[in-house]
Amino acid sequence: MNYLDTVVQGVLLGGLYALFAAGLSLVFGIMRLVNLAHGDLIVLAAYLLLITASVLGLSPFVAAAAVAPLMFGIGWLLQRHVLGRTLGADILPPLLVTFGLSIALQNALLQGFSADSRRLNSGALATASIDLGPVSVGVLPLLTFASAIVVIIALNQLFYRTELGRAFRATSDDADTARLMGIQPQRIFSGATAIAMLVVTIAALYLGTRANFDPSIGPARLIYAFEAVIIGGLGSLWGTLAGGITIGLAQTIGAAINPEWQILSGHIAFLLVLLLKPRGLFPRAFD
Amino acid sequence: MRAPMLKVDRLCKSFNSLKVSNSVSFSVSQGEALGIIGPNGAGKSTLFNLITGNLRPDSGRIELMDMGDVTGMPPMQRCIAGVGRSFQIPQPFDELTVFENLLVAAAHGRGLSEHDACDKCGEILEQTELMTVANQRAGGLRLLQRKRLELARAMATGPKLLLLDEIAGGLTECESASLVATIRAIHKGGATLIWIEHVLHALNSVVERLMVLDFGRVIGIGAPFDMMNSEAVKTVYLGIEA
Repeated sequence: MNYLDTVVQGVLLGGLYALFAAGLSLVFGIMRLVNLAHGDLIVLAAYLLLITASVLGLSPFVAAAAVAPLMFGIGWLLQRHVLGRTLGADILPPLLVTFGLSIALQNALLQGFSADSRRLNSGALATASIDLGPVSVGVLPLLTFASAIVVIIALNQLFYRTELGRAFRATSDDADTARLMGIQPQRIFSGATAIAMLVVTIAALYLGTRANFDPSIGPARLIYAFEAVIIGGLGSLWGTLAGGITIGLAQTIGAAINPEWQILSGHIAFLLVLLLKPRGLFPRAFD
Repeated sequence: MRAPMLKVDRLCKSFNSLKVSNSVSFSVSQGEALGIIGPNGAGKSTLFNLITGNLRPDSGRIELMDMGDVTGMPPMQRCIAGVGRSFQIPQPFDELTVFENLLVAAAHGRGLSEHDACDKCGEILEQTELMTVANQRAGGLRLLQRKRLELARAMATGPKLLLLDEIAGGLTECESASLVATIRAIHKGGATLIWIEHVLHALNSVVERLMVLDFGRVIGIGAPFDMMNSEAVKTVYLGIEA
């Protein structure tokens, strides 16, 4: 077994988990809404990519440019007409509604696409690799990791360098006071969910090109995303990347020891972090 | 006679059987500073909530200069229409820096572009003596600075009418004096103020008229000196038997 190779694969896999988690983290961070349908929305986006790519005969990477605005719109409408109505002092309604949405999405996808597992065909890219001395690294995992970093940089820029980002943070801090400053929290929330769906589209692109997917795999992606966010510490996007890498590493190392241990080791790593650092590896300095 | 900036006409609001605002009528002229005093529970903060739109009155009208009847208008639009407010308990956006707090208010409250908002907020930071802490996180400020930020953020929304809710409360004598000096300067600059305060000497050193509330009713309105010496005010507010 090549340890270095295992570690590199684990880190790169962490990029995918960070992509799963970034959208979840964004929505939770701004409106304290736990979206239990997040994983299923990723799968939905993967199917939209599949249709677009196969009908128009495009590469999934080009199809993503068409699906992204569609998902943006879906996110906006979902927040405006469904999720927005559940927000309030009680945290239960959003959980119930997104749980229901998760089940509805899974079954709608099952109805529409059957339980067959599918894959986005990325052509020669799927098997391309770069030789880096002792290890050979797949181009696709590298692209995934690079995309995760670009997404995190872009979201951080959005948050800390733009007017919209300030409005996001102000609304997250205190929606009632934000309203008195002339901010419309409902529009801010719709914008946040819409942007989260852009990230979901990118996550779906790499989910679908990396491995097979079927309508039932959403909830497991949600769990990985949750674990990445919590390991990293709530509110820190770089922490989320670190969380994703932790799970990715644990999974590949576990799988290298015994292929049956892959998923289990990811969850054990999560539990260990919870045990040792309950607030995550990189909690925000102020709470 | 200057044009009225705000006209409140027979405003009523009850919480169950408790009348917190009982046919309150008054008006404030452009450029005037009106002080509001009254015992706890007299309906002072409720009156502010009615003016900002956070509460809807059961009956009565609120008119703003240039806007007409705003009684049914939501808070966000009133902010844009020119009602700025500071809270009794400062509620800054803790996670944002002091400067960002103002930028949010300036960009959304008065629709300034990023560039103009920066200029305007810089001016306000100078005026409210917050320049030295501009890039600090608002959550870490001391009370006087939080109060100043409350004032600064209300000003950043570009208010025609500025509502101050017990902004001097909880401050030491010295801190209060420095804040009052800032408020006086803002008022001299032409701002129309309505100021609720328990610290009477602070209030009386700025306002031109004083309104006294008790049990949701206006029991007197006039020059501060006259109000402080009126029998009704002494009895109700100061608890001194006439």
